[in-house]
Amino acid sequence: MTTALILFYSRPRVKEPGEEGKTRSMKKTPQRDLFPGALEMMILRMLKRQPLHGYALVQHIKRTSRDLLQIEEGSLYPALQRLLKEKLVRAEWGVSSTNRRVRIYTLTAAGAKHLDHEVSSFERMLEGITRVLAPGES
Amino acid sequence: MSWLTQLFSRRRLYRDLSEEIQAHLDEKVEELVAEGVSREEATYRARREFGNVGLVQEQSGDVWPSMEDFLMDVRYGLRMLRKNRVFTVIGLLTIAIGIGANAAVFSVVNGVLLKPLNYPRAEELVSLRQMAPGAPGLSDFVNGLRLSASMYFTYADQNRAFQSLGVWISGTANVTGRAEPEQVRTANVSDGVLEALEVSPEIGRWLSPSDQIPRGAETVMLSHGYWQRRFGGDQSVLGRDLMVNSRPRQIVGVMPSGFRIGDSDFDLIAPLAFDRGKLILAGFGFNGIARLKSGVTITEANADMARMLPIWMDSWSNGPGTDPHFYENWKITPSLRPLKQEVIGNVSDILWAVMATIGLVMLIACANVANLFLVKTEARQQELAVRAALGAGWERIVRGLLVESVMLGLMAGVLGIGLAYGGVQLLLSMGPANLPRLSEISLDSQTLGFTIFLSLLSGLLFGLIPALKYVGPHTALAVQSTERTASLSRERHRTRNLLVLGQVAMALVLLVSAGLMIRTFQELRTVEPGFTDGQHLQLMRISIPNSLVAEPERVTRIQNEIADRLGAIPGVQSVGFASEMPMEGFAPDWDEIYAEDKVYSDGQIQPLRLFKFVSPGFFHTTGTQMIAGREPTWTEVYGMRPVVMVSENLARELWGSSSAAIGRRLRDRRRTEWHEVIGVVEDVHEEGVQQKAPETVYWSGPADSMRTVTFAVRSERSGAQSFLNEIHQAVWSVNSNLALASVRTMQGVYDESLARTSFTLVMLGIAGAMALVLGIIGIYGVISYMVSQRRREIGIRLALGAQRGDVLRMVLRQGAELALVGVAIGIGAAFGLTRLLTGLLFGVTAHDPITFVAVATLLVSVALVACYIPARRAMLINPMVALRHE
Repeated sequence: MTTALILFYSRPRVKEPGEEGKTRSMKKTPQRDLFPGALEMMILRMLKRQPLHGYALVQHIKRTSRDLLQIEEGSLYPALQRLLKEKLVRAEWGVSSTNRRVRIYTLTAAGAKHLDHEVSSFERMLEGITRVLAPGES
Repeated sequence: MSWLTQLFSRRRLYRDLSEEIQAHLDEKVEELVAEGVSREEATYRARREFGNVGLVQEQSGDVWPSMEDFLMDVRYGLRMLRKNRVFTVIGLLTIAIGIGANAAVFSVVNGVLLKPLNYPRAEELVSLRQMAPGAPGLSDFVNGLRLSASMYFTYADQNRAFQSLGVWISGTANVTGRAEPEQVRTANVSDGVLEALEVSPEIGRWLSPSDQIPRGAETVMLSHGYWQRRFGGDQSVLGRDLMVNSRPRQIVGVMPSGFRIGDSDFDLIAPLAFDRGKLILAGFGFNGIARLKSGVTITEANADMARMLPIWMDSWSNGPGTDPHFYENWKITPSLRPLKQEVIGNVSDILWAVMATIGLVMLIACANVANLFLVKTEARQQELAVRAALGAGWERIVRGLLVESVMLGLMAGVLGIGLAYGGVQLLLSMGPANLPRLSEISLDSQTLGFTIFLSLLSGLLFGLIPALKYVGPHTALAVQSTERTASLSRERHRTRNLLVLGQVAMALVLLVSAGLMIRTFQELRTVEPGFTDGQHLQLMRISIPNSLVAEPERVTRIQNEIADRLGAIPGVQSVGFASEMPMEGFAPDWDEIYAEDKVYSDGQIQPLRLFKFVSPGFFHTTGTQMIAGREPTWTEVYGMRPVVMVSENLARELWGSSSAAIGRRLRDRRRTEWHEVIGVVEDVHEEGVQQKAPETVYWSGPADSMRTVTFAVRSERSGAQSFLNEIHQAVWSVNSNLALASVRTMQGVYDESLARTSFTLVMLGIAGAMALVLGIIGIYGVISYMVSQRRREIGIRLALGAQRGDVLRMVLRQGAELALVGVAIGIGAAFGLTRLLTGLLFGVTAHDPITFVAVATLLVSVALVACYIPARRAMLINPMVALRHE
């Protein structure tokens, strides 16, 4: 049931350079969507390194992906709530480096385990896709 | 979580979210400003890159379950239910009746079968039953061999398996010295019975071992009910004397209300006070009850009792010249049963059958309401499709539909509880009077829980079917299909058809069961019970205790005088009395007889015969036919002439025919004198018409064996109050200390012996009728809905030249197909299920072809009649109107 629910709610997407500024109703371009769970996986990966608050998370993801993945910043928050609900992360109010009251997210043990599992299954999938797409074979 | 805290935590969730998002935006703006972007531009960019703040908040909040959505669904559901009043009322009533009936039956099943008995650690209590397969005749008894007093002493002294153990017997006693003499129900107990049951007295004390000393202080305990009724609950009764059977007994205690020994209710408990020195091996008349030591299993306890049986035979005897090890032939085997099982007896078959039946009716009712929901949901398909197109998730739509159906279920549950309350009263008034644990049946928390569970379940059941069918990822497609699509595909009717097939099949099963019970009842009615016209046979039981009249000869005189006085009452045709009437269910007396002209070898086991004692003129009064010979006369009784009568089956067994029996002589173990057979009477079904008539010997004395007898008075006035008053006066004019008990007509006794069967019949009949009506409504609904959906198509057919008769046949054929397939499935199911009824049937097999054919024919023809109404409507469709309609 929860997975069904999670699947259903809005998904983060990969943005294309020209797309910025378009209205919401026009963003139905399914092939550019991240697959379900991708954002969550990246959040968990970032949090594995260190606890972060929302804004810092976005910045880290952007920087690490060298801006290849420009996720819509807002989509982070529903994803964080889903992770909170599944008890994969923990949130506490704290103070950021810029002296702001922010909610800082920490990976839980369950979250770490979930991440390992997701990453390995993602890698298998990627390998499969790569092999199929690889040039040279008939 | 209560919905209040839900609401608060939700408010905090949104506050946190908006604060967090604001901090995010602020930080971004600051960073951009630091990079040199103007503040205005920075704010704009931050917002743009973040996306829709409101939407993000909403989506974040939606991750958590929400009370508000639920309340919205509830409001919407209520609105829908209010809007479709007819639908709601029909659905509500159907389900409420189903739930009410189920809750009522469940409360009986729970009270009788499921709840533990009302004793501390009741699971340790066992009834000391023994089987004696080697004692012919006796092995017919369901209850096996009871204990003798000597057995009790051996078991009580020698056992290793029990904490405490005792024997008891129920009976009656006359209480005098207070207003009118009264016959009360007594339980005579040995030491160990109260100790095993472990229920403390309400006031006073238990009967103690010192009360069990023969010829010691005579004591008695009262039941709570008797204490309230006769003494108004006066605490000072302790220590007072009560005249029981004309002897004073000191009241030592009162048992609390609801206390029973097994399932027998009583007014007084008196000590058995066995005289140990006078006991013999025989006298197997006592019920044994014991509490197992903790950890001891029934198998171990059985082994322990088996170990003690030889000790019992070594320790006692049946008098000089008898072989105490004679009982080895009887092959006595201990066969303990949990006390609960003993109390419930074989009633569990009936109750489970009734529960299953009512459960089936519930399923049929659910199928009907599911069908209603299907039709309604189909009508709402457009609306649902629009909602889906506007962005409602399908799981949200399903939730809405389910909330609606579950609400209907719960409302029906509330109504159902009201109905169940009435239903329980009805069941109790209808139920067999000998239904055990009647007093423990009530609408308790378990029943309420069951009802709520059933309401939710039924709501989900009939809500889920349409939800699964019409809502799903494909919902959006429905927008395109409008009502103008010509004819409806079979596909769209499939779910409804399946529901109707199920209904018809279940209805068939129930009707076949009811039919089998009706046939059973008919068969039972044709059995000649061994008496005639029970309605005009007034019965009463009168006991003349030893303490009131000591000399046996005077007992006979008093009884003779009572019979004469009763016979003098105007309107009385004849009077007689006997140790008991057929089917009265008092402890019967079984023993061996020896015929003079037969040779008996030593050690040969003789079958046990039923012994009864009858007065002169008894058979004339009851209408029992004399096959040969005559009844004894009073002169023979007073002269103690050794005469006897036998039943026809016994005469046939011993001498080949009734006439050959006259003049032969027989005796039993107690009587050394040979008794001449002077009469042979027709077989009497002593244990109810279901049971075969036992081989019976009718003695006319000695008077000491006949201190408690049932008088039978043949009169047209039987049952009338004025008649009963005259009977009382007549008895008291002989001796004012005599009490009358069990005053009823023979018809009442007969009906009661059939109570189990008639109860099952009525229950199955009601369930079958409900199933028939619901199933027919189901078929009617489906066919008439189909006709209304196909108006256009039928109109076109007619316009193109189809004959009206063809249209009629087409619709009828569809209905007949449904009914026939349903009946076929039902016959298959009934074949398997009716076998469960075998124990309740008589004179008819579980697969009785007549019943099956009759029920199938009935069901199909009623279904056709139900289809005829919409079929006629289809036939009369005016093509012009139908085509112009849209």
